[in-house]
Amino acid sequence: MSDSKEHSHDTHAAVTTDAASHDAHNMHFGLYWGIGGVLIALTGVTVWLSYFDFGSRERNIVIAMLVATFKVSLVGAIFMHLKGEKPTIWRFLYFTAFFVTGLFLLTALHWVDPIFGTQHNLH
Amino acid sequence: MASHAHDDAHDAHHDDHHHELSFWEKYIFSTDHKTIGIQYAITGLLFLLFGFCLMMVMRWQLAHPGTAMPVIGPILGSLPVIKDHFPGGVMSPDGYNEFGAMHGTIMVFFGIVPIAFAAFGNFVVPLQIGAPDMTFPRINMASYWTFFISCVIMLASFLVPGGAAKSGWTSYPPLAGIADLGPAYHWFFNGQSLWLTGMIFNITASLLGAVNFIATIIQLRAPGMTWMRLPFFVWAQFITAFLLLLAFPPLEAAGIFQFMDRVFGTSFFMPTGLVVQQQLTDWSGGGSPLLWQHLFWFLAHPEVYVLILPGIGIIAEVVANNTRKPIYGYKAMVGAIFVLGFLSFIVWAHHMYMTGMGAKVATFFQITTVVISIPSVILITALLLSLWGASIRFTVPMLFATAFMPMFGIGGLTGIPLAFNTVDLYLHDTYYIIAHFHYIVAPGTIFAIFAGVYHWFPKATGRMMNEFLGRVHFWLSLIFINGLFFPMFLQGMAGVHRRWADGGGADLDHLTYELARPVLHWNPFMSYAAFLLGAAQIPFIFNFFWSIWNGRKVGRNPWEATTLEWDAPSPPPHGNFDKEIAVYRGPYEYSVPGAETDFTPQSEPTGSKTPVVAPVVHAPLSAH
Amino acid sequence: MQIPHEVTARPDTGLYNAKLGIWLFLASEVMLFGGLFSGYIFLRLGAEPGYWPHGLLNVPVGTFNTAVLILSSVTVVLAWASLKMRQFSRYKLYMGITILCGILFLVVKLAYEYPQKFTHFGVFIKKDALGKYEQYLGNQHLAALKLDPRVEISGHLLDAPKGSHYEKVAQENAEHFRHLLHEGGAEHGEHGEAPIVTTDDPNDYVIQLDPANANPTDPANERPSFWAKPQTMKTAVVQAADIDGPHPSMYIPRHSPYFAVYFTITGLHGLHVLGGVLIFIYFWGPGTELYRRNPEHFTNRIEVVGLFWHFVDLVWIFVFPLFYLL
Repeated sequence: MSDSKEHSHDTHAAVTTDAASHDAHNMHFGLYWGIGGVLIALTGVTVWLSYFDFGSRERNIVIAMLVATFKVSLVGAIFMHLKGEKPTIWRFLYFTAFFVTGLFLLTALHWVDPIFGTQHNLH
Repeated sequence: MASHAHDDAHDAHHDDHHHELSFWEKYIFSTDHKTIGIQYAITGLLFLLFGFCLMMVMRWQLAHPGTAMPVIGPILGSLPVIKDHFPGGVMSPDGYNEFGAMHGTIMVFFGIVPIAFAAFGNFVVPLQIGAPDMTFPRINMASYWTFFISCVIMLASFLVPGGAAKSGWTSYPPLAGIADLGPAYHWFFNGQSLWLTGMIFNITASLLGAVNFIATIIQLRAPGMTWMRLPFFVWAQFITAFLLLLAFPPLEAAGIFQFMDRVFGTSFFMPTGLVVQQQLTDWSGGGSPLLWQHLFWFLAHPEVYVLILPGIGIIAEVVANNTRKPIYGYKAMVGAIFVLGFLSFIVWAHHMYMTGMGAKVATFFQITTVVISIPSVILITALLLSLWGASIRFTVPMLFATAFMPMFGIGGLTGIPLAFNTVDLYLHDTYYIIAHFHYIVAPGTIFAIFAGVYHWFPKATGRMMNEFLGRVHFWLSLIFINGLFFPMFLQGMAGVHRRWADGGGADLDHLTYELARPVLHWNPFMSYAAFLLGAAQIPFIFNFFWSIWNGRKVGRNPWEATTLEWDAPSPPPHGNFDKEIAVYRGPYEYSVPGAETDFTPQSEPTGSKTPVVAPVVHAPLSAH
Repeated sequence: MQIPHEVTARPDTGLYNAKLGIWLFLASEVMLFGGLFSGYIFLRLGAEPGYWPHGLLNVPVGTFNTAVLILSSVTVVLAWASLKMRQFSRYKLYMGITILCGILFLVVKLAYEYPQKFTHFGVFIKKDALGKYEQYLGNQHLAALKLDPRVEISGHLLDAPKGSHYEKVAQENAEHFRHLLHEGGAEHGEHGEAPIVTTDDPNDYVIQLDPANANPTDPANERPSFWAKPQTMKTAVVQAADIDGPHPSMYIPRHSPYFAVYFTITGLHGLHVLGGVLIFIYFWGPGTELYRRNPEHFTNRIEVVGLFWHFVDLVWIFVFPLFYLL
């Protein structure tokens, strides 16, 4: 079929004429492996930190969540290419982040100011 | 790059292979946005009618509690399963709850949203932005058929032992958690579990639709169709799609939680030590019913705007077209709809003032709720001001649009007192609330839907709907819908509760609730208004089907409108446009001074100005 | 009819359709898991002291699975980069590793972690009966240290009430336990008597204790440990009347809000992993046909499913500390 013939030529062209981009991608291979290594190391750090007492459970949770957030931003920025992503995508991700934070905070706000005698979850 | 040349070659190659679509591909499993839009419209209209019928049966019960509805009562009393709730043809309180819960669910999730968002959005949006179809036609088809499955599940739930869900459209636990459970019920095929399953499918369908709408509006705008040249309807659909995309998933999460509670016995929403009928229940406890309310209303408040925004979009199109002038304050409206969409995510707990969630939380939500009335008022004021100084064409769509404004106004303004904590404590769960949101959705959104149907019918079929029948439909609907809903304000302020299965009592000598005495006589009045409103839809139904085959034939642009959909043939073929489409001007260039006609289509090139060039050619793929 | 920008980017947005579509889908997924996690936060904040358990999950296994998912995230992005360079065999290799990682993750979860929980038993003691079981709970010791109280006795069920759901399981466990006793190595009670395996009272539960209940005042049990400690040979008898709730259960979803939310979130996450693996298998096998017709289109598809896979990984990065560690 003419299609496949064209395709083989095409592949060839992409590999040989686009040497610069080829190198760039090869460089990325190292970057991706490196980030993977950092992520696995940070997993170890999370586990290790969880056996330290930073004074209170709240503080332990905050520290573990900070590490997790850092890991997640690495995945997002490098693996998901958010670092160089188009503004269109960033724009609605900002809103999503805002709304999900609102969902967390405003539902949790409920426990800040409970009215006595209306809590139905007590053991 | 060579590979792109190849893409084009390949695409062209693919294009040559047009094959005749079979009946199934063309009308049933179609990927054409117009067919899918019409499928959504028909399914949605049928559900709207079905939900209305449920309500009429309930209204008979409210007018004449304890008596069998003529004709319908005996039929319901003889149908399998359903007869359990209609002993001797008389509606039981359980039956009232069942019909009430399903009326709400069906009207919101299976009637209004599928029509206002999915049907009109699917049919009109790609045409208005000059696109050949949606970005993901197959996902679009999947969206409809997922929705269809959810419809089947909801309808089937009427026929399982115990009947359909009875816990209100809000499905508040712990009542919804314990409903329809026990030896008499199937562990899965029972009303509430099927309700949850149906909702999960419905939500999935909405999500698929929302992704498609947003991607279409961002990616497939025709050359020259810049953001501020989008018709307002497209803006409304764009914001609505975002509301669905980001607000629905928490309800999906809540639905999964409640499903787990019912089927696997978890305690997400089950408090410790829950006692039902003097028996300690089997749940481990430790959950909170309030969690459901938070997650539910996180969706359900934006959902309110999902119900109304497409309606406002339709009205804006109809108003601009029939006033023959640009809509007033287009930019302000776009800004307002943005702010409205944003704020709608942080007002949800005003539905929960009665739960004792805490004064600080209530205060926060009270403030945001009052703030959100500002963009709403901007929208309705802009529409109202558009009428000023216009030579209005009172076509049938315009009649519905003009009625929409005061009706939506009544619904909106009566909502403001409810924003305040203290007032809400008194009015919560009374008929005042029912009247308030029905004014927004029924003579609001449903009138907008009617306006849309009359407005775009010629585009979808190539024929006009009958004008006289349309006017009969409009005037009768307007009168009876007010007869149905306005007395609810009076009853509600007297304190009549929305869930009394007998409306407060059979007559003044047999009151179940003394406080209903001064307003009880409104019950039969409203019920007969409802039946007459039902009868008033007959001209519409007849007109709809009659006009498909016998309506007056029209060309591309019978309304002399400016937006792009009127540049396509009526009905538009697969792929929509039969010419290259480009946009040179804003959406509402009516009565432009110096122009030959009183409307200048968006696609009409300007003599002097060169069009803003927008992309069609394949540019090199940007580097990653 | 051809939809524009299916393969090549629209210049003003810089995106091809599917990429925008997947990001929109992921935004909704963020809200879905946001809803689930807000349930977790809400329930956890609402739990009374001592009622939110710690250290019940197997941390080494969880760490291993986290590493597996991270590795698969690396290989899937390498698979895409290989396609970008039009190195098809390299793509096959990396995608193959990704699929294997996904399957490994699921196998560990379904064949090891879940069953381990389904066979573990625990009962919450009523508040007014906590004192009665002080020797297994050590609450005075914990109160002196200002730590949350212990309210649950857990371990392997050896004897369940007559007619209870777990009667048969308990019998099998008891047989195994007797065998171990016979082999020797049994720890005996304070007064040197042999551990109780079954009781005569038909309403009692006999539990082979977890280390925390066996030695409640041991400082090593105040905090969870990395390596799971083995069950002790000590047993406890718990009377049905002292148990909170009518039907105690194994560590299944209905056991407590913690397990409810754990199984729901990890279950849903598992479904996402399964979905991803199935799509990968398609693009590793029959789906590669598209590569021969239009390599750029195929590369885009791998980028898009890769984005989905990274999101699944990203959810797990939060799941792991929230359920296993904190």
